[in-house]
This record gives sequence, C-alpha cells and structure tokens, in this order.
Amino acid sequence: MSNTVIREFHQARWNEPIITELSVKGERGVLLPEPEEEILAETGELDIGEIRRKSPLNLPEVNQPRLVRHYSRLTQEMMGSDNTLGISQGTCTLKYNPKVQEHLALDSRIADVHPLQDESTMQGILQIMYETDLMMRELAGMAKFSFLPTGGGQAIYTNAQIVKKYHEAKGNTHKTEIVTTLHSHPVDAAASSTLGYKIITLMPDPETGLPNWDEYNAALSEKTAAIFITNPEDTGIFNDRIDEFVAAAHDKGAVCVYDQANANALLGIARAGDAGFDLMHFNLHKTFSAPHGSDGPGCGAIGCAEEFVEFMPAPTVEKRDDFYYLDYDRKDSIGSIKFYLGNVQAVLKAYMWCRMLGIDGLRQVAVTSVMNNQYMLAEILEKVPGVALKFDTGKRRMEQTRLSFEPLMEETGCGAIDVNHRIVDYGISELWMSHHPFTVPEPFTPEPCESYNKDDIDYYVEVLRRIAEECKTDPEMVKSAPHKAARHAPVGIPETSTEQDFEKLATTWRAYVKRFK
Amino acid sequence: MEKVKKVGFVINPVAGIGGKAGLKGSDGREVQEKAIKKGITPEAHIKAERALRQLLPLREDMEIITFGGAMGGDIAETLNFKVRLVGRDKQYGQTEPADTEGLAEAALRENADLLLFAGGDGTARNVYRAVGDRIPVIGIPAGVKIHSAVYAVTPESAGQAALQYLQGDARKTREAEVMDLDEDLYRRGIVAPRLYGYMSVPDNRQKMQNVKTRSVSENMNLDCIATDVIKSMEKDVVYLIGAGTTTRNIMKILRLDYTLIGIDAVKNGELIGKDLDEQGIWDLVSRNRCEVVLTVIGGQGHILGRGNQQISPRIIRKIGISGIKIIATKDKLLSLPLHRLLVDTGDAELDEEFRGYVRVITGLDERTMCAVGTAD
Repeated sequence: MSNTVIREFHQARWNEPIITELSVKGERGVLLPEPEEEILAETGELDIGEIRRKSPLNLPEVNQPRLVRHYSRLTQEMMGSDNTLGISQGTCTLKYNPKVQEHLALDSRIADVHPLQDESTMQGILQIMYETDLMMRELAGMAKFSFLPTGGGQAIYTNAQIVKKYHEAKGNTHKTEIVTTLHSHPVDAAASSTLGYKIITLMPDPETGLPNWDEYNAALSEKTAAIFITNPEDTGIFNDRIDEFVAAAHDKGAVCVYDQANANALLGIARAGDAGFDLMHFNLHKTFSAPHGSDGPGCGAIGCAEEFVEFMPAPTVEKRDDFYYLDYDRKDSIGSIKFYLGNVQAVLKAYMWCRMLGIDGLRQVAVTSVMNNQYMLAEILEKVPGVALKFDTGKRRMEQTRLSFEPLMEETGCGAIDVNHRIVDYGISELWMSHHPFTVPEPFTPEPCESYNKDDIDYYVEVLRRIAEECKTDPEMVKSAPHKAARHAPVGIPETSTEQDFEKLATTWRAYVKRFK
Repeated sequence: MEKVKKVGFVINPVAGIGGKAGLKGSDGREVQEKAIKKGITPEAHIKAERALRQLLPLREDMEIITFGGAMGGDIAETLNFKVRLVGRDKQYGQTEPADTEGLAEAALRENADLLLFAGGDGTARNVYRAVGDRIPVIGIPAGVKIHSAVYAVTPESAGQAALQYLQGDARKTREAEVMDLDEDLYRRGIVAPRLYGYMSVPDNRQKMQNVKTRSVSENMNLDCIATDVIKSMEKDVVYLIGAGTTTRNIMKILRLDYTLIGIDAVKNGELIGKDLDEQGIWDLVSRNRCEVVLTVIGGQGHILGRGNQQISPRIIRKIGISGIKIIATKDKLLSLPLHRLLVDTGDAELDEEFRGYVRVITGLDERTMCAVGTAD
C-alpha cells in the first residue's frame, strides 16, 4: 500500500442555467446615467445614422448580483491547473503559470497599449517582442520568429502558407503533396489540406510506433511540397533518425516543417535548426508557461531558417539604432495573418519565463520533465493494474507516454472513458486520451512536466491505482461516476458519439436555438 | 420499469471441432463425425458462455430465446437467465445447419432485439440465410474459419458489444461481411473465402472489428473517399468497382445500381456492366482503358483474392498494378494485423509484384501509405 494520503474532495455542482437562459427582458447589470442638461445642450440629440442597429442586439439581460453568482458558480465547477494536477492532459503540457507574469500582463503599460499608437510610445513591449525573438532563435536554431499566430493551429497554417509562397516564388508548380504521420498533430494534415495540398499520411510502424523509414521514402516524391512532422510524436518516442528524414525530404526539394508545439523534452537540448528543419513552431501557451486550454490567450510562435525570412507574415518587429519598429513593408511576405500584433501578453509571459530561468534553467526544464516521466511511467506500470505500454521496444519515452487501459477493459469491462468519469471524483482533471484515429486501444497520455514534484506524481499514480482497483471491485460505481464532481457523464449520448449525433448535440447557444427551440 | 430485452441465442455446438482435428472447417456431418471419432471435445459452448456472462448485469431485464440443450438452453439456464425455449431440446451431435437457421428464424419471429450466435463462417452463413439483415446479430467467434466481420474480436467482446448495444439509447448498426470458403473453388482444391452477403451488427467497431475506437464519423469518411475517386474519373475510362460497402458508396453517390458482393463497371458516369464474372471483365479490359477500385475485404487485409476472385491474374496484368486504386478508412487500415494489406491472386509471381507500399485513398485528397504483402 502506498503512504500517499488522498485528499477528500467534493465539488460544487450547480444545475446552473446558461447565461442566456437567465435573461429577463429589461433587466440591467449597470444603469447608465442620462447625460446632464449642459452636455445635451452642447451636443444635441446624437444622430448616428446608418450604423444604428436595424434589430436590437440579442444579449442576455441580467442584473449584476445574479451575474456575479453565475460566474462564481461556474468557477467552482472548473478544474484547471491552479486547483488540480494537470498531469492527465498529455501533449498539452499543463504547467504552472507563474502569477507574477499575470500581474505584469495586467499592468496598464501592457494592458492598455493600443496597437495603433505610435511606435515611439510602445518601445517597451516592442523590445520585449524583439528580445523574445532573439531568445527563441537561440533555442530553436532558427533565423527569425513571428508571434502573430494566436494558437498552434494557426501557426501550422501560417507555416503551410509560407511553404506555398516559397514554392510559388521558385516556380515549383508540381509540388502538390504534404507528407505527415498519424502520430503528428492532426492539424499538421488539416491546415495543409485547407490550402489545397494532397495529404500523404504514414501510419506508425506497428512494432516501433515510429514512422517506417522505407515507407517514408516511398511516400516522398518530386511532388512533395513539405513534410509536417512532430518529434517526439504523441507516443513520447523520439525519432532519432529525424535528421535523415529531413535530408531525404530536402533531396526531393521539399520544405521540412517541425511541429514543436510541445517542446518540453528538448528545450536547450536539441534544436530544430540543427536537424535541418526549415520552419517550426513553439506554443508559448504550452512549453513557455503562458496559460493553456482556453485560459489563453495563446501564441503559436513560428520560426524559420534564413531562406524563409522574406516570406514571414507582416508586420515583423525590427530594430534600427536603438529604436524598435514594426515593418509592414515586406514585399515577399505572405502578408497579414492577424490584426495588429497578435496576443502580446503571451509573448510577455514567455519572455519573463525565459529571463527568470536563463538557459541553464530552460535546459533543466527539459531534464526534469523527462526524468519525471521516467519515474511516473515506472510507477504506473508497477502499481496500476490493467495498464499496458504499447510499442514497447525498450526505447525511452521522453516527456509523455501513450499508455493503454486495454488489459483493464478486458478484465473489468471498464476502460479509459470509465476511468475518466471517475478520476474527476478525486479532483483530478480527466485523462486526455489520444488524437484521432486512435492507434492504441483505450488510450491515455499522461505528461508530468517540470511543475510537478515526486509527491504530486505519487499522488497521481495512487489515484490511478485506486480507480483501477475500483474497476475490479465495483465496476457499477465506476460506470455511474462521477459522484462528487461537477462534471456529468453525458446523458443519452453514446460515449462513442461523433458529429453524426449532432441532431442531439449543440455546441453553441445559437445552434441550440436554431435546432431545438 | 424498462422494457424486457429479448436476445436470441444460438450455439452451433460442433463449431471449431474440425480445426482441432486438422480439418479446414467443421461443416458437414462427415467432418463432424471424424472429429468426434478422434475424441475432439467441443469448445463452442465454453466460448458462448464466456460471451453470455458479460450480459449478467442485464439478467433481471432480459429474456433469452433459444432451444433447449446444447444450442443455448443449457448455458443460459446455468447462468440463471430467464429463458424461453422455442424448440425442442437438441443435444451435442444431434444438430444440423437447419437447426441454426430454424432458431435464428424463431428469434426474428419473436422480435428479438439482438441475435447472439456462436460458431464460425459456416454458422454465419446459416444465420444469414435465415435472417439476412432483418435483425442485428453478433457472432461469438468459436469456429475454425472466422473471415466474417459479423464476429466480435473475442467471445468477451461479443458479450460486451451485446451489453453496450442493449443498454444504449442510440442503437446504431452497420453492415458487416458474411464470408465463407468458396465451395466451387474448394472442390477444385483452392481454399479461398468468398463474400456471401452482409448482416447488420451493432456499430461498435472497437468490439466488433478491432478498430481502436470510433473517431470521426465513418459515413463522412466514406463519402470523402468516394468523392475523391469520382472526382478523378476520366472520360472513356472504364472503372471496375469492386465488392464491399466501401466501394458501394461510389455507386450510391453516382446514383447507379450496384452489386454489393460483386464487380460493377462504370464508364462516363453510366453503369455498363453489373455483377461481372471473369470473362465479362476480361472482355471490357480487352477493349477499353480500365481502372479497378478495390477495398479491403475481411479482417486480414485482403485486397485481392477474397470476395473478388473475378479480378483474375490476367486481368490484373492487363490493367497493370498502377491501374488499381485501393480505398479504405484509416480506422480499417489500423485494425489490420501489422497494418498491412494482403494479395492472394493465386499467382505467386504476380503477388510478389504487389509487395511494397501503396497509397490507399483514405479521404478526399488524402492518402495513407500502407504496406502490401502476400498471405504467407
């Protein structure tokens, strides 16, 4: 038995209506005063003419105390990295978001900067962006960074735009295909596909879990415009032939794009540029400590090799003498991809984080993440019954591991989804399973990044162990969970639900009103 | 009070005994007698019990429709299920294929929610002959030959699929292949399974097909795949559209009549040949530029030699390997042993030419690399 003491947990569960359902016609949160007579005398009745709304704005009308209760209740029903362990959310790198960064981000000198004010009045934030670019260049071995994309998906899309522009500039009309792997993030395929590329996907080798070298070479051709690849992939396995993969693609005239959204295993250890990559991105809201998971705001920082600098989106942040400025005038740029400067707060937080840690600290992040994962993996495989490690060729996992509850499912009839319904009863956010399509059955992908210490990991493993035992002794209780959390198991919607069931599901209020009201 | 669920339960008590006796199957009185004489003990009832145990959580709310004795009654009663016997007792050694069919028909007549049957490909064919796709079925794998996709991955997963289906609010089904040895070829000494038809099974690909899980909608994927094929169709080229539900979708989108378990020919958007035999295909191939669109038939990954023997080696040689398009969903490819496609054309030299990697059409403008090997 473990000595870990499991904390008693019981979450608030409000049957709280949706904010739009709280609306009472004419109710107000703030009563605006009528303009004084002196002012009216000066301005007269304002006629805003054409821009006046034809039909009234359909927003919820709620009084202020009710509104505050509403959002406080929702907060009580939340699980986030500030009140639970985020180890469950592998590939997402849920790490601690240092609070001092939030304080500075709210400082009026940052929060109140207007993106259209004169550059001379925003030298501070421009300097931060410029210097973050310099630090990222060092970390990635790249020639330039842009912080305009506001998420990983947009970063990938932007990189795909750069690939397209690059081949157009070279007159490469025959470059129509993108090669990627099933264990890379699905957006690598999806974003490229929306630009009209044909996507060639490699399945993982059933033995090693890695892309197969011969199969990869069979996929490459003169038509290959680029490869988009993650490494280590979702499995946590590092492809140590990655430089050969890059060289083989370059031989075909393809651009090599590295999806390094989660770079936690490699900070200060290995650099995209050194492996020969042309384009890459870091998610500042994963690896660089800015809040992740709709707590945002996010930033997908894209980096490029020298040959691609001219194609980077505009504006770029430049420095002339001691003056920082925005360069919109870049004739070969793919152009504007986001209003103004993107999510500057995320850049500020990444800047602070890097400056606080220094290069040795950043390297320690990677070392600690990988060591944490070695410890946790050994503990899970030893102590949690019903867990299997797929692709078990003895190769070390890096910062995360794709595991499988298949043996638990076979023995007890409870699988990863059942564990997910139960784990929230322990005050731990549910397990992130896998991207689609699943390549291992009953998958889960824990990631114990550097923010967690041995006690946290022991606690986490003990919770998993208890749930696996519960699946054996009381599967009905597990299957009817959660019992103590705000989260519900979906009612009347199969767990294997897909968009085919959207006749039952609505993901926005507008869709709900349209379909069911 | 919830409605009582009715489950038809059929065991083919002799399923599997032929295999232990080193025979290719257990079909036929002669084979069965040979096996019994060799002292082979039956195991079908053990596998059926392993499956039925998974339904114990529903014991109070369900009724099992079966025959007394070895075809289901014994086990259901041992496990204390409520049992309704709809035929006279049958003991081991006394059963015939007609009994499987009779019991399946009875379950259909009784409006069973689901029919659970234990056996092999021969049993699946019997059930198919009796009920077609008029009732959802789940096969408990107990036979020698399991090429049919109506079988769950293991006896336990058969029971779990049944449990999830009966407990679920949304009872979705899909079509699954009924395959068995081609008797004509078998008599000529060639062992090759053939596609006999499709039965309706719960849409639970994890339990039924070794698909790791349901991810994106299969129907949407199938539409994207069909759209890709149709988009690239050229004028005056004859497209031979292979057997199976994946290829059928092409015909549906083209609004053409189709043969689910055969080969149809399309030229310039028109159906120019239906359920063609080898000679019919050869005639077309001799006179036209042709391409073939095939999909994976059965759980082992065969793209040639299972359910499409009409595409003979001479036809493949004439069209050329580059004229063969393979379509499948990614989930299907991932469910295959070693993520590998197989060819078994009956011509070892030709099979060898297929060895390597193909680009399988897995979506609209999407290809997935897949290894191709030969059956051995």
